Amino acid sequence: MKWWPLIKILPVKTRFHFVRRSKLFAVLSVILVIASLIGCFVPGLNRGIDFKGGTVLELSTPQPVQLGKVRAAVNRLDLGDVGVQTFGTRDDPQGLRHVSVRFQTPTGADPTATVTRVEQALNQALGQVTYSRADVVGPKVSGELFRNGILALAIAIALMLLYIWFRFELQFGLGAVAALFHDVILTFGLIVALRIEFDLKLIAAILTVIGYSMNDTVVVFDRLRENMRKYKRMPLSELIDLSINETLTRTVITGVTALLALSGLALFGGEALRAFSIVLMFGIAIGTYSSIYIASPIVLLWGVKRGEDAEIITPHGARP
Amino acid sequence: MIRLSRWKVIVCVLATIFGVLFTLPNVLPQSALAQLPPWMPHQKLNLGLDLQGGSYLLYEVDITALKKERLNNLIEDVRTTLRENRIVFSDLGLVNGQLMVRITDPAQADEAYKQLQTLGQPLPTGGREVTVQTAPDRHIRLFISDRAMEQEAVQAVKQTIEIIRRRVDALGTREPNIVQQGSTRIVVEAPGEADPNRLRAVIGQTAKLTFQMVDDTVTPEDIAAGRVPPDSIILPEEDGPEQQLAVKRRALVSGDMLTHASAGYDQFNRPDINFRFNGQGTRRFAEATSQNVGKRFAIVLDNKIISAPNIQEPITGGSGQITGNFTLEEANNLALLLRSGALPAPLKVIEQRTVGAELGADAIHAGQVSTFIGGAAIFLFVILAYGLFGWFAAAALVVNGLLIVAFMSLTQATLTLPGIAGLILTLAVAVDANVLIYERARDEARSGRSIMASIDEGYSKAMGTIIDANLTSLIAALIMFQFGSGPVRGFAWTLSIGIFTSVFTSVLITQVLIAWWFRAARPKRLPILEETPMREQTR
Repeated sequence: MKWWPLIKILPVKTRFHFVRRSKLFAVLSVILVIASLIGCFVPGLNRGIDFKGGTVLELSTPQPVQLGKVRAAVNRLDLGDVGVQTFGTRDDPQGLRHVSVRFQTPTGADPTATVTRVEQALNQALGQVTYSRADVVGPKVSGELFRNGILALAIAIALMLLYIWFRFELQFGLGAVAALFHDVILTFGLIVALRIEFDLKLIAAILTVIGYSMNDTVVVFDRLRENMRKYKRMPLSELIDLSINETLTRTVITGVTALLALSGLALFGGEALRAFSIVLMFGIAIGTYSSIYIASPIVLLWGVKRGEDAEIITPHGARP
Repeated sequence: MIRLSRWKVIVCVLATIFGVLFTLPNVLPQSALAQLPPWMPHQKLNLGLDLQGGSYLLYEVDITALKKERLNNLIEDVRTTLRENRIVFSDLGLVNGQLMVRITDPAQADEAYKQLQTLGQPLPTGGREVTVQTAPDRHIRLFISDRAMEQEAVQAVKQTIEIIRRRVDALGTREPNIVQQGSTRIVVEAPGEADPNRLRAVIGQTAKLTFQMVDDTVTPEDIAAGRVPPDSIILPEEDGPEQQLAVKRRALVSGDMLTHASAGYDQFNRPDINFRFNGQGTRRFAEATSQNVGKRFAIVLDNKIISAPNIQEPITGGSGQITGNFTLEEANNLALLLRSGALPAPLKVIEQRTVGAELGADAIHAGQVSTFIGGAAIFLFVILAYGLFGWFAAAALVVNGLLIVAFMSLTQATLTLPGIAGLILTLAVAVDANVLIYERARDEARSGRSIMASIDEGYSKAMGTIIDANLTSLIAALIMFQFGSGPVRGFAWTLSIGIFTSVFTSVLITQVLIAWWFRAARPKRLPILEETPMREQTR
């Protein structure tokens, strides 16, 4: 078999000019980052009840549900904006019998008492109802959860900066952090674009993306540092290209493995994990992209001190 | 590679045995599990509420209400103290959270000051709970020091946890988990309990029971107009809030003097509650009932009157019944609450999450299917990519999976649905370490090293990168653990365990396997090297 193992037919040594093309991609990334940032405010994140407060009820009935009845029953209680939606499950893929109801607790009312009132109203309107989920988040808690979530992201990025600074050099740290901001902001952009409900699980997903993206960046940086010692006089831009090319096989194999594994989760993990795994997959793809086109070129932008050889950096094509 | 040290083999074999032993209880049927010898581990994975169904309730102890109640009690204490000493006073009330009272007769001001200073307990750290100061115009100011209030709050939260535990235990709910969170919050997790209403009804009720005399000088017209003497208060009846009675503020006896409470039936076969007082309660109740024969007293629960019977004769035995409009279940619940004691401060539910068992089962199924498919995809890809070496990596992955499940079972860490996602991702990223090693080895072989040397170099050179790369993931996981709650923590925990087991298995297990293969096959060239070896060009 000529093609197996696959590794034998992958190009042995690629010579892509990543740095040369990075300007183009930088423009693209900046546009996307700006678009994502704007998206976070207009139309804004679709905050789930974790971060907005309120209640989600999930219920099922033996017969197909008439959504109008559900809506009418809940609207009679005067709770303001009520969201009613069907959703599919394993035994009911079309979601004919499963409904989720979302509402806000009126100010001053007791949240759990409100849930009881809604449940009573629904029981009356629909007859036999089974409640499979009831989540209630008070306004104080939701505010704290949101603050803590954003704080966790900020601390994660800060710690990564410190870690890279400590293990490599400040310039590397700045490159890595620029890439992290890029990844996190674009992930938020995806969340806004797909109208994914932003909840606690997504914070975990984004933190994982941060971990993965750093992982990817560190592998390239590690090679870059090694090559800097090995080829003392090669210009930095060529060194960066070389290091990325040398680690490219690994980048591709690891990335594809992770994406394959997560696609199983996205397809079969059910409603609850779909958004979560889509965000993870997007983050892994974008994290790989950013280690190549954002993190490393930024190191070039700042330049790295390379001891005595710093002055003898020769123009293109120089050979030791 | 030939110098494969013995300890590496031993560690790998031991780890694999450990993984198998501790994973086993999760795959054996219940009947087989019961027959396992006692020295074998029996602990299964601890599934989170989102997987097994159950209720999560986050309560906040209402400290503001506690303060308010404390101040109201202080007002009553001041009133009683001054009356007992025949000191004439006026304008007793709260001003900006401080208690003010005006002593009418200037000659009594010093005496009043002296008497009021005896109020409140001395603090263990010095000083007294209640600070008494003189204020202009014959006023006396009293307030509770912040430190005393703080201590009281800490005490109240501790006591509340204890009471919740007693109440929930009495319900017979399966091993509920009750922990304090922050300074004033309490988490109650009840696996398997899909109906939080019952749990809430039992936990959330203050259950403060008092026996108070009905103030019969107050007419219904007075109540309608809200006119009552300062030592009385208007309370609604349990059966209908529109019916109200005026009762004396001072309690004759209170729920903390009960030694026993149980549900029973009265002579008309209606559910009621039988109770018995302790010594102090018996004495005080006997005294009060002897002095007030023919009058009514009210049985008050959480500021609502359950019933207001006439005192026919002195009750000296120290036991009695509470009748009211109860169902048997209500009577049972109330007896339970009275036995476990009143909450020192009101509790509010600020977060509640409930998952039905059916939904949990669906989630487990989805988790199993996607873990299987994800795992299969990783296996297939890594074997396709690296052939024989891919098989080695796949074997390491199996041990890795076993070890993760084993550690999760051993530490009884909670596995949540996002945690399953964490597991799949960990397995995928675990391959990364092997990819790094193999790619290094290929680089080395290409630059002309012998197969043995290139494999050795592959391992030693990739190690630094592997550690660096995994430490970043570990940092992210630890932050999740610190800031996350519930399912997110489960995810972080799975990720953290996975990082350690991944580095261990991808480095050590594959190393041992490759060494064994090397000894057996004596290969001439690296099987993952391309067909036409190409010398790396020097640049």
